[in-house]
Amino acid sequence: MTTKKRFKDLTFWERLYIPVIIKGLVLTLKTMFKPKVTMEYPEVKFEPPASYRGRPVLVQEKNGVERCVACGLCSRVCPALAIEVQAAETELEKERFPQKFEINMLRCIFCGFCEEVCPEEAIVMSKDYELVFQDRDSAIFGKDKLLVPVENLQDRIDFLRKFKK
Amino acid sequence: MPTITIDGKQVEFKPGQTVIQAAMDAGIDIPHFCYHPKLSISGNCRVCLVEIEKMPKLAISCATLASDGMVVHTKSDKTLDARNAVMEFILINHPLDCPICDEAGECKLQEYAFAHSRGESRFDEIKNRKEKRVQLGPRVKFDAERCISCSRCIRFSDEIAKSNQLTFKNRGDKVTITTFPGESFDNPYTLNTVDICPVGALTNNDFRFKSRVWEMSSTNSVCIGCSRGCNIEIWVRNNEILRLTPRYNEEVNSFWMCDNGRLNTFKFVNSETRIDSCYLRKEGELVKSNWVEALEVTAKSLKEFKSNEVAFIASPYSTLEDNFILQKFAKQINSNNIFYANHIIEGDQDEILIREDKTPNSLGLKLLGIKNDISKLIDLIQKKNVKALLIMEEDLAGLGSEWENLLSKLELTIVIATNQNKTTLLADIILPAATYAEKHGTFVNFQGRVQRIRPAVETEELDRSLDGMSKSRWDKFGTKFDRWMQGKKYDAKPSWKIFTLLDSYFSNKIKFKMAEEVFDEISKSNDVFKDLDYDVIGDLGSLIKKEVYQNV
Ligand code: SF4
Ligand code: SF4
Ligand code: SF4
Ligand code: SF4
Ligand code: FES
Repeated sequence: MTTKKRFKDLTFWERLYIPVIIKGLVLTLKTMFKPKVTMEYPEVKFEPPASYRGRPVLVQEKNGVERCVACGLCSRVCPALAIEVQAAETELEKERFPQKFEINMLRCIFCGFCEEVCPEEAIVMSKDYELVFQDRDSAIFGKDKLLVPVENLQDRIDFLRKFKK
Repeated sequence: MPTITIDGKQVEFKPGQTVIQAAMDAGIDIPHFCYHPKLSISGNCRVCLVEIEKMPKLAISCATLASDGMVVHTKSDKTLDARNAVMEFILINHPLDCPICDEAGECKLQEYAFAHSRGESRFDEIKNRKEKRVQLGPRVKFDAERCISCSRCIRFSDEIAKSNQLTFKNRGDKVTITTFPGESFDNPYTLNTVDICPVGALTNNDFRFKSRVWEMSSTNSVCIGCSRGCNIEIWVRNNEILRLTPRYNEEVNSFWMCDNGRLNTFKFVNSETRIDSCYLRKEGELVKSNWVEALEVTAKSLKEFKSNEVAFIASPYSTLEDNFILQKFAKQINSNNIFYANHIIEGDQDEILIREDKTPNSLGLKLLGIKNDISKLIDLIQKKNVKALLIMEEDLAGLGSEWENLLSKLELTIVIATNQNKTTLLADIILPAATYAEKHGTFVNFQGRVQRIRPAVETEELDRSLDGMSKSRWDKFGTKFDRWMQGKKYDAKPSWKIFTLLDSYFSNKIKFKMAEEVFDEISKSNDVFKDLDYDVIGDLGSLIKKEVYQNV
């Protein structure tokens, strides 16, 4: 059996270990006096910038109606087949509305394609990253969980208008 | 044959053909909205403009007769410029409705806008507004903004449906479609206009907003509404039929089908009244059972009768395969009593498609040699010569109260049925049958054309992948945990299969695994169907000549 040759043999000082340990401790000491970057989640929560892609949500207009016209494009473009839309007729001018709109959060990969394809700016990526479920069924979000008032989504919408062509 | 040169390719044409037809025959596609092979030429959309050498201006290819030596350019700069200009013009007042328009995904305007236009509009003014939800007739809704005034719908109503019900009104950009005063667009063929409308201006009330077209799978099949057997496609999402559309077959139905066939021949497949399991009558009540028990009880109770006390009801709604195996089974137990009921509504027929025989396979029954009309059975039951009846896919009690009384006289009534009806209420045993959309099989239409049906909807014993059924994208990637894959599947079997299972308690000689094998057996044993098999029949069917079956 041949012993494997080391890439580089340690020098005497290195073999002592003490200088290296001191070096590490100095770094620790220095860092103690720098401002903190960690957060004590979940007591303290991270507020992401507008460019963040949290879970997709549906925009709810001020009058309580969703913007979505159930065109099904988000559902078609979704690479993970997470979205199911069932359209129905409404007396409103938009003619169509989603009778059922479900996103399976176990399928969603947060790619944002749905937001990008939507012709009505009706589905946008929110800042919500807290997604915990205990069974498959509760991971499927219906309109009740998806609808978010437009005021709460304004900065994302502004961000999109600025950058989306 | 005279020849014409299109895009440098020499093609032959039949005298009298227009340039667009000659091009189509040669596999060259020229964009067109108003041209339709079965309608007169109106030449008003102008998108089919092509450059023809020695002609001073561009000409519309749909209305220009091809002549020998003509040289046509469909992709020259001049042609493309003109085409783009026409597209831009048509799109000036077209609303950007695609997200809410049912036609999206199968819209000619959408396709051409993608393939042949500049991709942007120079029109900054405000678009015309017109009425958006006009009910033209009981089944068709009209969106005036989307209409591109191609007049296909008008020409269809005049020339094919032979009922002059639609017309243009107003001029210029105010032009719109309307019915004549006091008229409703209600001829028996109105929904074909929804198919031929190149845009989404006409929508089908029944299908409106039910599904996007790319979410469904489509399966070639045959309409069961009457003995014409129009070729159709069955559109399915989440194992539910959402619409039927006609499929081109010049010999049978051309591009068309009737509204009744389109709307009223598929809803029973997913309806509440489907028989969801086997049922046995115990102490006067019908109770759920399973196949093993139900077949055992059926066999045992049948064996209690002498063979000529048992009669069978064949069905012109069932396939050749079903009826053939019924015949075979009857023979095994030595019964000659096979009857069937006609469903003819006299006078309900026209010169276009609709036939007065409202079943898809009555000629098929005759060719199999099932000829006895049920009127003869009445006597047999009354005289107690027939005591047990096995009814396949036929609502006998629904034929009238006399039949209800007759059935209650029987000692044993076994019913193979797809849906609940008056007969199943009187049954002692119910065995759930697969519908025409859940099995393979063949029908013979009134012309003698053998046509195939294919499964479009899964039953518990069918599997989209393993059984080679057509699939949508959802079907391809779905799992059992996805809600859009949890559509109802019934525990039903094709009638022929039920008979083969039943036979295992009798002769155990009728052994078939697939409908195709049954058909091969029919073809072997019956000269009328000689040389036919599923591949030969294919998508468009095979005609049996009258001379061949006349004497049968
Ligand atoms: S973010 Fe991506 S994966 Fe998630 S629903 Fe939208 S398109 Fe689908
Ligand atoms: S793309 Fe937009 S409008 Fe269309 S269904 Fe999705 S959310 Fe609704
Ligand atoms: S409704 Fe459709 S078929 Fe009729 S003229 Fe308008 S675009 Fe053509
Ligand atoms: S004419 Fe007969 S076969 Fe054709 S669609 Fe109508 S009912 Fe069906
Ligand atoms: S297709 Fe030729 S003018 Fe419309």
